[in-house]
Amino acid sequence: MAMIQIREALRQAMQEEMRRDDSIFLMGEEVAHYNGAYKVSQGMLEEFGEDRVVDTPIAEGGFAGLGIGAAMAGMRPIIEFMTWNFSLVAYDQVVNSAAKIFQMSGGQYSVPIVFRGPNGLAENLGSQHSTSVDSLFAHFPGLKVVTYATAYDAKGLLKAAIRDPNPVVFLESELTYGIKGEVPDEEYVIPLGKADIKREGKDVTLITWGKQLFVVQKAAEELAAQGIDVEIIDLRSLRPLDHETLFNSVAKTGRAVISHEGFLYAGVGAEIAARIQEACFDVLDAPVLRVTNRDVPQPYSTNLEKLVMPSTDRIIDAVRQVVER
Amino acid sequence: MTQSESLPEKSSLEAVDAESLSHLYREMLLIRRVEELAAKAYTQRKILGFCHLYIGQESVAVGAAASTKDDYWIAAYREHGQAMAKGVSARAMMAELFGKATGCSNGQGGSMHIFSKEHKFMGGYGIVGGHVPLANGIAWAAKQRKEGRVCVCFFGDGAANQGAFFEALCLAQLYKLPVVFICENNFYAMGTPLHRQSAVTDMSLRALGVGMVREQFEGFDVEVVRDRVAAAADFARAGNGPVLLEIVTYRHRGHSMSDPAKYRPDGELDEKKKSDPIAITRDRLTQDFGISEEDLAAIAESVEVEAKDSWDFAIESPEPDPAKLYDFTYAPEGK
Repeated sequence: MAMIQIREALRQAMQEEMRRDDSIFLMGEEVAHYNGAYKVSQGMLEEFGEDRVVDTPIAEGGFAGLGIGAAMAGMRPIIEFMTWNFSLVAYDQVVNSAAKIFQMSGGQYSVPIVFRGPNGLAENLGSQHSTSVDSLFAHFPGLKVVTYATAYDAKGLLKAAIRDPNPVVFLESELTYGIKGEVPDEEYVIPLGKADIKREGKDVTLITWGKQLFVVQKAAEELAAQGIDVEIIDLRSLRPLDHETLFNSVAKTGRAVISHEGFLYAGVGAEIAARIQEACFDVLDAPVLRVTNRDVPQPYSTNLEKLVMPSTDRIIDAVRQVVER
Repeated sequence: MTQSESLPEKSSLEAVDAESLSHLYREMLLIRRVEELAAKAYTQRKILGFCHLYIGQESVAVGAAASTKDDYWIAAYREHGQAMAKGVSARAMMAELFGKATGCSNGQGGSMHIFSKEHKFMGGYGIVGGHVPLANGIAWAAKQRKEGRVCVCFFGDGAANQGAFFEALCLAQLYKLPVVFICENNFYAMGTPLHRQSAVTDMSLRALGVGMVREQFEGFDVEVVRDRVAAAADFARAGNGPVLLEIVTYRHRGHSMSDPAKYRPDGELDEKKKSDPIAITRDRLTQDFGISEEDLAAIAESVEVEAKDSWDFAIESPEPDPAKLYDFTYAPEGK
């Protein structure tokens, strides 16, 4: 086991896969000569050369589309968005091309491509650089949507995403690239579509994904001190969804709270709450609650930004509401 | 960059002879007849949804195929003619239009999403201009693998106003990708004529901003298209980078089957029909290659048989199997 930063875990995943399969290439803004806007791809140009680690102009729709065409023609591109905020000018490519080509072609052309980059809050960047795009991509059949909190998950999931024959939206975070975690020395791959129970508990199921796990874990510690035993499920994959792990946990606890970045309205949490009440209605002892961003575009000022985000205190309040009901 | 270089005047193709020009003529005629039958089927509600016909533009696809039959092609939603010129059979085409399981996209795609991996026909796409960036990726793969293939990308004059088109030109030239971009200027973006959708009506001039080689020419004569696309493909294939061709053409029908095209000025269609590509090539065959009226009648008869057979095939084919509804959403492991 080695303690490495998440950016190193992601880099290792790409390097190992690129050594194994020479049809894989990394393309995006500043990925090569600049060594990555967040240094995720540091040193990769040197190892793989300019044909496989490729700088692009600022033309997200153009290079996302290039990746999709290359994937149709048998390559396995990794397309980096400097942030997912910028992916919205490439939304047509991801949604109308990548997600639909296997279907439109009657199964003739698969699109094995990974779109990756940081998502959600990165602190004081204002509304255009703080979007959580989870629900915008999880909506569409044909895409897989994957995210992580820990270095271990980051590496294992990215390797699986690269090997997947379908387009995978891979959501990272600027704020956690420097967080260290243990990663095994030997190779491993984490299958897509499997949630992970990050903390076992009996009183309430707390469902989350991405870096919100860290906020949720802090809430769980404080709740434990108050005598409430929380089970934390880290979904890791928003599409496909691991119903089995979700429903088994709710069957055990009878209570569920969902906390994620992004908006309440038509967020992924709404979908999960709906599925839990459909499948677990008879065992639920309380309504399923959600703790998300408040319903405003992200303000710049620190005090307002903190007010918007789904904080530990708001999670604790929600958990107490369902437990004390 | 003020002015990019020009394409060579001569291509690697030999001049046509009676046999090869007869072949091109037959291909154009087959596309015309299949499209006319598609129009008939549409009015009988055998074909549903949107249906954009290629009638009047056949010389573009057929001429382009002469030098790029084994290359990759990608197109927009007026792509029936291109798919057939690339080798998709009239049967597979018509069955797809009828929404049948035997269609080239398994009944999943329809008129706007004709695909045939077997023929390196990488699809018809319905978001105007959205497919143009994909051509770069296809060419990227071909270049990395040193296949010696180019990607031919068809789109209309309307698409040449889209951001995706401009981004694609930027990237193609930057990476010197083997792409032949073909803007089929048929004078209308849906119902909006050229002069009301672009201040510059020679769409090939768009290439100059990125330093790309460009050429504009009239494409009613299949021999001209054959020769100029071959010159562009030679150029791209040799590693010189992409080319933007604007091929001036004209669609005889409306934008889609639901458009009667009443926005056309009086007399325009009749005037344009004087340069109907099929009539031009028929005259050339009889006047310059000694093809007799009997020979032409035999070609027309064989086309009629093939087109009618595609109709019968489509009618008799089964609908897609409902049990397979979910089989086309995600590719299985190993794809």
